[in-house]
Amino acid sequence: MGNLFKKEEAVLLLNKLSDVYDIYAPMVFKGEGCFSDTDSIRYGKITSFDDIVWDKKSDYSFKEVLLPISDTILYFTEKEMKVPDPSEKKRIIFLRSCDLHALKRLDEIYLTNGAEDFYYKRARENTKLILMGCKKSFDSCFCVSMGTNQADNYDAYIKMDKESVYLEPKDEELKTLLEGTESEEASFEIDYVTDNIEKVTIPETLPEGIQDFPLWEEYAGRCVGCGRCNFVCPTCTCFTMQDVFYQDNQKAGERRRVWSSCQVDGFTDMAGNISFRKDQGARMRFKVLHKVYDYKKRFGYHMCVGCGRCEDVCPEYISYLACIHKLGEIKDGGNADE
Amino acid sequence: MEETQMSNEYIPFLSEIKDVIKHTDIEYTFRMAYVGDVKPGQFFEVSIPKFGEAPISVSGIGEDYVDLTIRRVGKVTNEIFENQVGQTLFMRGPYGNGFDVDLYKGKELIIIAGGTGVSPVKGVIDYFGEHREETAGMTVIAGFKSPKDILFKDSIKRWETQMDLIVTVDKAEEKGYREGMVTAYIPDLNISDLDHVAAIVVGPPIMMKFTVAELMKRGIKEEQIWISQERKMCCGLGKCGHCKMDDTYICLDGPVFNYTKGKKLFD
Repeated sequence: MGNLFKKEEAVLLLNKLSDVYDIYAPMVFKGEGCFSDTDSIRYGKITSFDDIVWDKKSDYSFKEVLLPISDTILYFTEKEMKVPDPSEKKRIIFLRSCDLHALKRLDEIYLTNGAEDFYYKRARENTKLILMGCKKSFDSCFCVSMGTNQADNYDAYIKMDKESVYLEPKDEELKTLLEGTESEEASFEIDYVTDNIEKVTIPETLPEGIQDFPLWEEYAGRCVGCGRCNFVCPTCTCFTMQDVFYQDNQKAGERRRVWSSCQVDGFTDMAGNISFRKDQGARMRFKVLHKVYDYKKRFGYHMCVGCGRCEDVCPEYISYLACIHKLGEIKDGGNADE
Repeated sequence: MEETQMSNEYIPFLSEIKDVIKHTDIEYTFRMAYVGDVKPGQFFEVSIPKFGEAPISVSGIGEDYVDLTIRRVGKVTNEIFENQVGQTLFMRGPYGNGFDVDLYKGKELIIIAGGTGVSPVKGVIDYFGEHREETAGMTVIAGFKSPKDILFKDSIKRWETQMDLIVTVDKAEEKGYREGMVTAYIPDLNISDLDHVAAIVVGPPIMMKFTVAELMKRGIKEEQIWISQERKMCCGLGKCGHCKMDDTYICLDGPVFNYTKGKKLFD
């Protein structure tokens, strides 16, 4: 059972939620797309339910709410250090099923692979997740193949139409907040996609020596190493430590972690001019095998959630899906090009 | 506040430089104040605010210090070299698995290291040098580019009295040095019982590959060989992704691997 709010009641509801939470959802950033006169759809703080974009896939995922592109982790003043204060408000993130599955991957890396990450944990603990249903599949989505079209680890479910907002809370804190609001009792099924145009079958095992197969060579020539596929991916978590000092006071500064990309030059560089995976073909192989093979070997399930954002964003039209199809065509001991 | 109770691995501690031992123009050992559990082959993230952090492996262990042998080749290490005894550096760690000396007790130990690869394994050489009764034999082959690149000259003098030691350089202008790659000395190694050999190989990837191949020609099995991998360990905590090789995080699962696992890793 949930609560059905008429539009004017929904305004009051959002105000009430905003007292406690910063509310993040996919929204339109006018004119901020990659090309002139195009918009960017990404996560931002909403001030109205109408800000939420439903009819398109967000270009970027929710991950920047929990893992900012540039995240200050320490302030320095000479020999003293200070941890930045936590954000004053808790957070609500509106997100789709595939992204909720991606969150499980972020948790795996930041909470269980090695020591718990202080900054991720304190952000994550104060975050409520509200599932946005999907009435239809978008271009390049393949969530059904990846088993991410339905989710259950959410704190509430939201459904909207022109006249009303339906909110079905599972979380006690949200339930308490909804008590006493002007709304009707209602019950709706959760919208989810049952079929995508794009389908993939990921091979259970790959032959030994897959890293040297010729199928990677075409990417050496095509990929320009811009890293966009990593930045839009909801499951990519890599970062680089960076010290920044203030120009007008060289005794004070901060240590940040900033998003990094396994496709961009410098990712593996060590002091003394040593680096690995120098060509883009090897980097594509590293990324693809991480998404559908190496991660699973370590954690038992695929990293890729099938959102298709990397497919949408590549300026060279390199298709991750086509690459997965090629892997599927490899027979044990065989070769994709044979 | 409850947040302050959560441990924050990213906060480094200040450590005093107790000594600086100069090996070459660009390679010094910094003896850093440290009390706590640490193994040879583990590493610390050493940092200087404004310049950044760098992973440096432990090259020696004392009761109240760790030795960090650093080559001056980058932004952070250049700055570290500007510091002197009595000054402080920031550190966090130790990270990684390191060498477990218990695995090598009672064995005929063969340790082959190249260049700065001697650093991570130096603690193992020191330990068994002092505890020869815990080995059934001990040979160390250390290779350097040229005589002026030889590291740990003081330790080498001590090791010469404690074990079979071969120090070799790729090329020497002057006399009095063994020349040749470390691999050249493997065919003539004295091995009395193949089943009880344990070998450790540390150095650049290409050196480790050929050295392991040469050891296996002598009949030493993969499971008797350990290697240590060097990658860009940016966080040391299994998060940043820079050191990942296929499904393995070098900073968490390594840098030390038995060769049965180590041989399968690819970048």
